Amino acid sequence: MTEAWDLARQRLLAPAELDERALEQVLHSMLGPRIDYADLYLQYSRSESWVLEDGIVRDGHFAIDQGVGVRAVSGEKTGFAYSDELLRPALEQAAGAARQIARSGSTPGAVAISGKGTPAPLYAGDDPLVSMADADKIALLHRLDRHARALDPCVSQVTASLAAVHEVILVLASDGTLAVDVRPLVRCNVSVIAERGDRRERGSAGGGGRLDYGMFLAGDQALGWADEAVRSALLNLEAVPAPAGSMPVVLGPGWPGVLLHEAVGHGLEGDFNRKGTSTFSGRMGEQVASKHCTVVDEGCMPNRRGSLTVDDEGTPTGRTVLIENGILKGYMQDKHNARLMGVAPTGNGRRQSYAHLPMPRMTNTYMLAGAHDPAEILASVERGLYAVNFGGGQVDITSGKFVFSTTEAYLIENGKVKAPVRGATLIGNGPDVMNRISMVGNDLALDSGIGVCGKDGQSVPVGVGQPTLRVDAVTVGGTAH
Amino acid sequence: MTQQQERASLEDRVARILEVAKQRGADAAEVAVSRSEGLAVTVRRGEVETVEQTRDQGFGISVYLGRCKGSASTSDSSPDAIEATVAKALNIARFTAEDPAAGLADAELMPTGVLPELDLFHPWALDVAAATELAQACEAAALNADARISNSEGATTSSSRSWRGYGNSHGFIGSEPATRHGLSVSVIAGRDSGMQRDYAYTVDRVPEALEAAAAVGRRAGERAVARLGARPVPTARVPVLFGHDVASGLLGHFIAAISGGNLYRRSSFLLDALGNEVFPERVTIEECPHLPRALGSAAFDSDGVATRAKRLVEGGVLASYVLSAYSARRLKLATTGNAGGIHNLRISDDGLDFEAMLARLGRGLLVTELMGQGVNGVTGDYSRGAAGFWVEDGAIAYPVQEVTIAGNLKDMYLNIDAIGNDAVRPGNIVCGSMLVDGMTVSGA
Repeated sequence: MTEAWDLARQRLLAPAELDERALEQVLHSMLGPRIDYADLYLQYSRSESWVLEDGIVRDGHFAIDQGVGVRAVSGEKTGFAYSDELLRPALEQAAGAARQIARSGSTPGAVAISGKGTPAPLYAGDDPLVSMADADKIALLHRLDRHARALDPCVSQVTASLAAVHEVILVLASDGTLAVDVRPLVRCNVSVIAERGDRRERGSAGGGGRLDYGMFLAGDQALGWADEAVRSALLNLEAVPAPAGSMPVVLGPGWPGVLLHEAVGHGLEGDFNRKGTSTFSGRMGEQVASKHCTVVDEGCMPNRRGSLTVDDEGTPTGRTVLIENGILKGYMQDKHNARLMGVAPTGNGRRQSYAHLPMPRMTNTYMLAGAHDPAEILASVERGLYAVNFGGGQVDITSGKFVFSTTEAYLIENGKVKAPVRGATLIGNGPDVMNRISMVGNDLALDSGIGVCGKDGQSVPVGVGQPTLRVDAVTVGGTAH
Repeated sequence: MTQQQERASLEDRVARILEVAKQRGADAAEVAVSRSEGLAVTVRRGEVETVEQTRDQGFGISVYLGRCKGSASTSDSSPDAIEATVAKALNIARFTAEDPAAGLADAELMPTGVLPELDLFHPWALDVAAATELAQACEAAALNADARISNSEGATTSSSRSWRGYGNSHGFIGSEPATRHGLSVSVIAGRDSGMQRDYAYTVDRVPEALEAAAAVGRRAGERAVARLGARPVPTARVPVLFGHDVASGLLGHFIAAISGGNLYRRSSFLLDALGNEVFPERVTIEECPHLPRALGSAAFDSDGVATRAKRLVEGGVLASYVLSAYSARRLKLATTGNAGGIHNLRISDDGLDFEAMLARLGRGLLVTELMGQGVNGVTGDYSRGAAGFWVEDGAIAYPVQEVTIAGNLKDMYLNIDAIGNDAVRPGNIVCGSMLVDGMTVSGA
C-alpha cells in the first residue's frame, strides 16, 4: 500500500509539483449543487515491445504516456476533458471544461476524502519492463524461434513477441474515493506459418498476466506456446472444409469461454441495461440460460490478465454472479450506471486510458464447472463440431446475435473426434444458445491471458474461462454443404 | 495561431527532435509528430449525455545505428521527455540486430518543391450548444421516422482538427493539417426479444458538406425498422449481394493481401500474384492520394515518400502491391508510397444502380451487416456472421439474421458478377454494392 503511494507520488505528483491537497482543490472547484459526482484520474504508463521475425529482432518499441482525465456528472449528463500535462493549470483547464456540463454559479460543496478500505494488491508493484535484462529478452525470443523451427521442417516463418506495461493510476473522487493502483502486465506471443505443397496455414499461441517476464521462463511456459503454435499450424494443413448448417457443438475448456463473453457478458453490462438496449434488459430473475449454467465475473483473481485491485474508478473489484443455475442474477456496474439504477457499483468501471471515459466492462468472465467428464460429453454427439480454439468474437447486444470464429475445430462422428476442419464462424442468439447448453464438464480452465475486449472504441485486457460444454444446436458457417 | 504558424511550429518541433537524435549519435532518424483537438457531444432521448473535449499530442521516433533500428514514443511534450524518448530509442537500437532492409526510404523519393494542395483543413466553429442542437435534430428525425422506433442509443456530433508532421534526417520535413467532422445516430426498433438496432452517419472534411441531420436520422430509423422480424434462411449455396458499405470491407481484405508486410511474411493468399488475374477482366482498382478534401488524401506516406496515383488492378490483373520502403526492400521491389496504408481507393463499376443490382441478384441474399473476424488472411478462407434481406425476383422479400456467409476470398474476387454505381463518398475506400456468385449461406 505505502509502496504504491510512494510510486504514485513519485511518478504522478512530484514531477508536476502536485500533492493530494492540490488535487483536492481542483476537485472542489468542480463541485456545486447540480454536480452529483466528479473525479480525477491520473495515469502514468511505460510500455515496451520486442518483435522477432525471420530469425532476427529487428525492431523494438518503448512508450511513455501520462495524463489526467477529469469528469463531472450531473444526473445522466457527463462532462469530460483530459490533458496530457499533469501541471496544475492544465488540470484546472480540464476541470473547467468538464464542469460546464452543469452550469451553476453556486458555492462548492464539501468533500471528505477517505481512501478507506483500499484492498491488498492482487499483483506485485514492480516494473515488469526491468524484470529481465534486454539482452535476455532477445535471447528468449531467439530460443522460441529456434525451438519452433526445430519442431517441423514445414515451419517456414516464425514471429515471436514480448511486451510489458507498467502502469500507475490515482483516482480522486467526490464520493470520498482516493485510491492508487500499480499494475503490471506482460504478454508473449508466438505465431508460425507452416507450408506443405500448396497449402499454407498459420498457428498462434501465447499468454500473459499481471506478472513479470519471469512467468514465461517458469516451467518453460513460452516454449510450450511455441509447441502449441506449431501444432496448430500443422493441424490446419490437414483441415477439411468446415460443415455448414445447424448442429450440436462441443466447446473445449478455457479460451472458448469467449462464448460467454459475447453471448451473455456484454449484454449484462449495466449501461445497456439502464438504457434498455440489451436483449437482457429487465430480465433480472428470469431464466436466461439452461439450469446447468452459472456464470461469474471475477476481477479479484491474483495475477490474471483481466484482474484489477481497484477498477478505474477506485472501486475494489469482486466476484459478481451474473447467472446462477440459469437465472439472471446480476449486472456489471460502474459508479455512474449503478447510481442511476440505484444499485452498488461492482468494480467493473474501466477505461482504456485517461483520455477515455470509464464504462461498465468485464474483467475475468467464466462459467463454473459441472458434473460431466469431457469424454462423456464428446461421446454424446452423433454428428457435430468440436471446437477447441477460437479467434475473436462480436455481439449485437440489442438483437442478442453473436459470432465467434474457430481456429481449431474437428468433426464429431458417432461420438468420436474426426478430421480437423478449416476456420468457420459460429453464430447464434445469446439467450437461445445459453438455453441449449445441455452438458457442462468438470474441467473448468481459464485462458492463458490473451484477451482484449473492445467496446465503443476502447480496448481493455480481459480473461475468459469455461469447462467443456455441449450446445445442442448452433449455426456453423462452413462451406461444406 | 494561424495555420501557417501552427505548421511552422510543428515542423520546428520535428526539426528539434531530429537534432537531438543526431547529437546523441543516431546515424539516421525519422520523427512523426501529431497534435489534435476536438469536441464530441452525445445526446440521448433529447438530453445531453456526454460532452467530451479532446486534446491529444505526441511524437514517435525511429533511430538507426547502421542497420539496427529502435523506436520510441510519448505523449509527454516537455523537453526532458524528448531527450528521454530519443535515448530510449537509441538504447533499443543497441540491442536489435543488423537488418539489411532497415533504414530510411531513399532520399530521392521524398516530395520536392511545394506539397500538393489537398484542401483538407476546414475548421468548424462548433460550440457545445450548436453541437447539441444538431445531435438533437438528428436523433429526433430517427425517433420520428416510424412509430415502431422504441429507444435510442443516442446521436453524436463531433468535430476535430489535427496536425501531423513528419521529418527525417535526409532533410525532408512536411506537415499536413486536416479536419474531420461527423454526425451519427443509432436507434432501436421493436421491443423485448424482437429489438433491432441500426445506425447512420455522415462524415466529411468540410462541415457544410455534411448530410442534413434530419436525413441521417431518418435513414437510421428506416434501417432499424426494416430489420424487424428478421429470421434465418435455410442453408444454401446462393449469390450474395454485398451492400456498398460492407463491399468496401471486401476491398479492405484485398488491400491487406497485397500489402508488403503480409507478403514478405508469407501470410497472404495472394503471394506472387503480380501480373495474375485476380478480379474479372472489367475491374479496375485505383488509388488517388491527391483528391482535394477527400478522407484518405495525403501528400506523403509515413516513410516521407511522395504519394502518387496508380492502378492496383487493371483489366482484372494485379498491377501493383502496396509497399513501404521496408517491405519493398524485403521483396526486392520499389516502395509504392504506401507506408501506413492506402490513400483513397476507387473501384470501377458496371453502370448498374442498386435496383438493377437487386434485379441481377434475382434470388439470393443481400448483406447489409457483417459480424466477427472470420477472415483468414493466409488462406483467404472467409466465414462471417451476416444480416440483411432475402431477395426473390429481384425484390426484397424479408429481413434475415443469424446466418453466416462463407467462401474463399480468392474465388470471391474472381466471381464478382457485377459492381453497382451506388458508392457513397467520401470514404477512404469508395466502392459500390458487389454481387458475388456461389457463396455458402448457412442458417437454420
